[in-house]
Amino acid sequence: MDEKVRHILEILENDARATPEEIASLIDMSAQEVSQEITKLEETGIIRHYKTIVDWDLVGENYVYAVIELKVTLERNQGYQAIAERIYKFPEVRSVRLLSGNYDISLTVRGKSMKDVAFFVAEKIATLDQVQSTSTHFVLKTYKEDGVILHEPETIKKLPVSF
Amino acid sequence: MFCLRPPCDPSKFVADAVKNIPPSGIRRFFDLVSGLEDIISLGVGEPDFITPWHIREMCIHSLEKGQTSYTSNYGLPELRDELTKTYYRRYGLNYDPSSEVLITTGVSEALDIAVRTVVNPGDEVIIVQPSYVAYVPSVVLAGGKPVIVSTHRDDEFSLTAEALKPAITNKTKAIILNFPNNPTGAIMTQEELEDIADLIVENDLFVISDEVYECLTYGSKHVPFSSLDGMKERTIMLNGFSKAYAMTGLRLGFAMGSPEIIHSMMMIHQYSMLCAPITAQIGAIEALRNGKDEMERMVREYDRRRHFIVNGFNKIGLECCNPKGAFYAFPYIGNTGLSSSEFAERLLDEKKVVTIPGDVFGEAGEGFLRCAYAASIDDIRKALDRMGDFMDGLKQ
Repeated sequence: MDEKVRHILEILENDARATPEEIASLIDMSAQEVSQEITKLEETGIIRHYKTIVDWDLVGENYVYAVIELKVTLERNQGYQAIAERIYKFPEVRSVRLLSGNYDISLTVRGKSMKDVAFFVAEKIATLDQVQSTSTHFVLKTYKEDGVILHEPETIKKLPVSF
Repeated sequence: MFCLRPPCDPSKFVADAVKNIPPSGIRRFFDLVSGLEDIISLGVGEPDFITPWHIREMCIHSLEKGQTSYTSNYGLPELRDELTKTYYRRYGLNYDPSSEVLITTGVSEALDIAVRTVVNPGDEVIIVQPSYVAYVPSVVLAGGKPVIVSTHRDDEFSLTAEALKPAITNKTKAIILNFPNNPTGAIMTQEELEDIADLIVENDLFVISDEVYECLTYGSKHVPFSSLDGMKERTIMLNGFSKAYAMTGLRLGFAMGSPEIIHSMMMIHQYSMLCAPITAQIGAIEALRNGKDEMERMVREYDRRRHFIVNGFNKIGLECCNPKGAFYAFPYIGNTGLSSSEFAERLLDEKKVVTIPGDVFGEAGEGFLRCAYAASIDDIRKALDRMGDFMDGLKQ
């Protein structure tokens, strides 16, 4: 991978709002070249999506999250792709992963209340033909989300002058 | 209470060698800064990154396990092993972990004992300036005579054979090299170093090569001085864990050299320090084994900041060449008509930005300012804005 592309990706992964001008000031490229490179990266799917991580609790929107593990039976000639698609099309489902181990699929579901989430799992997920069993775990607290720590870490004080 | 014994002035007991240590220009700034608020500091000599967690975690775990005893004088065998393996992997250098490596309490200690191991009273030691503040005092304390050779902006602060040659006399014992350099950020290429190596052999000199910023090079690979043909026996290579792994306060460094030299250094070390802190050594092993990705990530972050700050200086009218190593920019402030000290002090006073005047690093540093980009982009941006205002104020 080109070093400059790596720089662009690292900067954007850390701050999706970094403008081409800001990025250009950090590497040896013009703002226009950066723009063009970003467009290429978006088109090829290397940059999949830009996202903001929100701490909804602070706004009083107390969403409830649950991690649900599923055991599935695969239909003949179908891999996991079909069942994963069926599941991820629900907007309540925030992530779907195929796992190794005791369970096959892990989902994260977001709802307005525990009752909402439980209802969703019971009516929409457990009822799917391919789903053998479900195991629901409610998220009590999120400390870190996708690389971002959600509470204020203590700032370490360093000496302002040293050799 | 009635005193029978007369009072005394304790300073008369201080040894001459210590009295002769030149006062530190940086200490003065430390005093000026303390107590000030809303300062932005580009005046540090340490990374703004925190020691990576996996290293800290290993240190904590070792303390929980109760690993707090002395280690071998030379340092933990596993650490010396990892170090020599790392140097072989990176540079093809072959150092024997059992006799050619000494783990020290910071590179500061390694420097001090390296100088004391090699310098006899009266020996001349060449110091290339602008230089790190400890070299001259170390030589003075050992009874040696520092001989200054200057580097220049026109050569991007690399050491030339033309500058070095006239400084060598029949009393010259050794030269202290520091590339990548604090404060200039300069590096030396293989070709440039070969020229120096020729002079070293011609004049039968010894080299103390302080390579603490070895991991911080941009666009080119570091060349250890001891990797040059014929230089291994004549060189003590110094390096540590402070810069590459942000372990400054943990105090861990090392020296590599021929068995005779390392053994001699150990002879001092065994009495003055006994051994480097075991906790730090354990952290260092973890750093070498698993810290490469994190370290490379830090270097890329420094690279971006370097680009940002150098462009920033040039934009506000402070000519700054692009340093290829370390984390210092060394802009030229001579055109402003102020001395380095005046500039730095007024900048601190009027705009609360901390920089270190270049003359602190030797006369060759006069007219320059050392600005560390070991600070967040935000802080660097703010500092550049304030410095831009300051420059505008000077023009009026």
